[in-house]
Amino acid sequence: MKALDSEAAPARPGRTATSGVPGARAVTYTLLSVGLLVMSAPFVWMGLSAFKTQADLGASPPVWIPTTWTLDNFRELLSLMDVGQAFLNSAAVAVLVTLCNLLFCSMLGYALAKLNFSGKRVVFGVVLGALMVPGNLMLLPKFVMMSKMELLDTYAALILPFAAGAFGVFLMRQFMSAIPDELLEAARIDGAREWYIFWRIVLPLVKPALATLTIFTFLGSWNNFLWPLVATNDPDKYTLPVALATFATDPTKSDGSNGVLMAGAFLVVLPVIAVFIALQRHFTQGIATTGLK
Amino acid sequence: MTSAVTEAETEDRAARPAKAPAGVTAGQPGGAGRRPDRLSRQNLAGWLYSTPFLAFFLTFMAFPIVATLLMSFTDFGLRHVTHPLDAEWVGLDNYAALLQDDKFLTALFNTGYFVVLGVPLTIGCGLVAAVLLNSGIDRLRTFFRVGFYVPVVTAIVAVAVIWRFVLDPSEGLIAGLGAQLGFSTPDFLASETLAMPSLIVMAVWRNMGTAMVLFLAGLQAIPAEVREAARIDGAGPLQEFRRITVPLLRPTMLYVSVMTTIGFLNVFEEPFVMTDGGPDDSTLTVSLHMYEEGFRFFHMGSASAMAYVLFTVVLAVTLLQLRLLKDKTR
Repeated sequence: MKALDSEAAPARPGRTATSGVPGARAVTYTLLSVGLLVMSAPFVWMGLSAFKTQADLGASPPVWIPTTWTLDNFRELLSLMDVGQAFLNSAAVAVLVTLCNLLFCSMLGYALAKLNFSGKRVVFGVVLGALMVPGNLMLLPKFVMMSKMELLDTYAALILPFAAGAFGVFLMRQFMSAIPDELLEAARIDGAREWYIFWRIVLPLVKPALATLTIFTFLGSWNNFLWPLVATNDPDKYTLPVALATFATDPTKSDGSNGVLMAGAFLVVLPVIAVFIALQRHFTQGIATTGLK
Repeated sequence: MTSAVTEAETEDRAARPAKAPAGVTAGQPGGAGRRPDRLSRQNLAGWLYSTPFLAFFLTFMAFPIVATLLMSFTDFGLRHVTHPLDAEWVGLDNYAALLQDDKFLTALFNTGYFVVLGVPLTIGCGLVAAVLLNSGIDRLRTFFRVGFYVPVVTAIVAVAVIWRFVLDPSEGLIAGLGAQLGFSTPDFLASETLAMPSLIVMAVWRNMGTAMVLFLAGLQAIPAEVREAARIDGAGPLQEFRRITVPLLRPTMLYVSVMTTIGFLNVFEEPFVMTDGGPDDSTLTVSLHMYEEGFRFFHMGSASAMAYVLFTVVLAVTLLQLRLLKDKTR
């Protein structure tokens, strides 16, 4: 958190006038605190409920803090669905999707930012267009394609459609544009091959961008739902969101056991929140970069 | 220089041999005399670096986009999944049927309702949070920013499961608060009038963090001198907000509203997990309807037509926003 404060420092001259008025600052903090309470309440409620006994869950008037903390909800969850397998699937798919994106997006990002090649503007137009197209539009033929290729219920079906995202290309291009041309030109004069320049000079210079891309791609894959829902039928291949949603919407399984569902949501959400808080600096930087062009 | 050379060489791009001798390369048209060998090397590298992305793009985006359009003119059904080419051409029948289909029109209306209320609320909340965070507070700034952004990074499915429980009429958070404070709470998700507003509140809660971060970046890009000048000219805080902040935030506003609207028009997970489109189709959205038609009933021709109607709406709304919100100061 220290790091983010220093990052925000140059912006301070841009702040508005409230700093001069003592009352205004108190109002600001009050409003922000109320907002934060509303934003975090559902998560706190989930975290507490996941450890409540059935009696506490149904108690009236409500019990806020569990009277006895229990792991029963998690035990029941594990007996009802294969959380470990779903976790493994989600992780494997997310890691592979992220690796593919790191490679392919930075390759094209580099070409768009630093190479003069004919048709470059067409390719960039394709990338921008791809950013705008909603995934729903491709859903049905993708399913038919995967079915014809007999790839349904495989990792390949979950990974290949997301192996090279337009967002990543755009992000990498934005970052790589800042590298001085003279540097690459000097390497070329020294006889460096294009691949060497890309691999040994450009990529090490954009490590922060690679970190940002890693986080966004990993999370995007981890949270992805509609395509994995369509592309998997075999519970052994379910990703976490699909497993959770299937469990949550199956009337025969969920006998009103909210504690078990909260245990499931807890397991899906907690790793993500932990990673986010640890790496939050890269998030805000990344969004700002793409937003402001 | 870049664009001139790029233009001139557009024609002879593809089939350039990898190890062409320098003499041959130099003689090719379009080199315009300056360092042709280096340019051709960059040409080759540029296309090689573009190949993986373009291959994936063509396979999983361009082809499916065209295929969806073609499927929308056929009676594509379950048996055609194995034999796609046997599907019968039915022209515009699917589209005509959609216009007669009350369920689809309901879904279209519900999606519009979700967008018309949800997008301005998301933008408004994000803007207010960004302005508060930018108003000169130093302490806890990161803490608040992280707190407001957390819902964005969590899976919508998990969030929807959590909110279903928050809104639960007997064991939920809001029912609990009601019981504690002595007011009765409705069964939000079982009520035709309250189910959709509940989903909207949840969507605003989840998405305002993105808007906030973007607005914050936009606010910080406004030079201090501009604000100072306005203040010297006697502008109050409200005038400063209206005359300086809002106009200079226009580009950010455009980006935020376009991206938020596209996301909201495609709303799927929230109704899928929380209400399954009910009660009585009051939260059935176009994406959810498309999913059900396509993958529960395998009416894939009709579902493809829905996908294209939705896509047309997305395009139209995006173009409209670009027109309405484009920078008029230039």
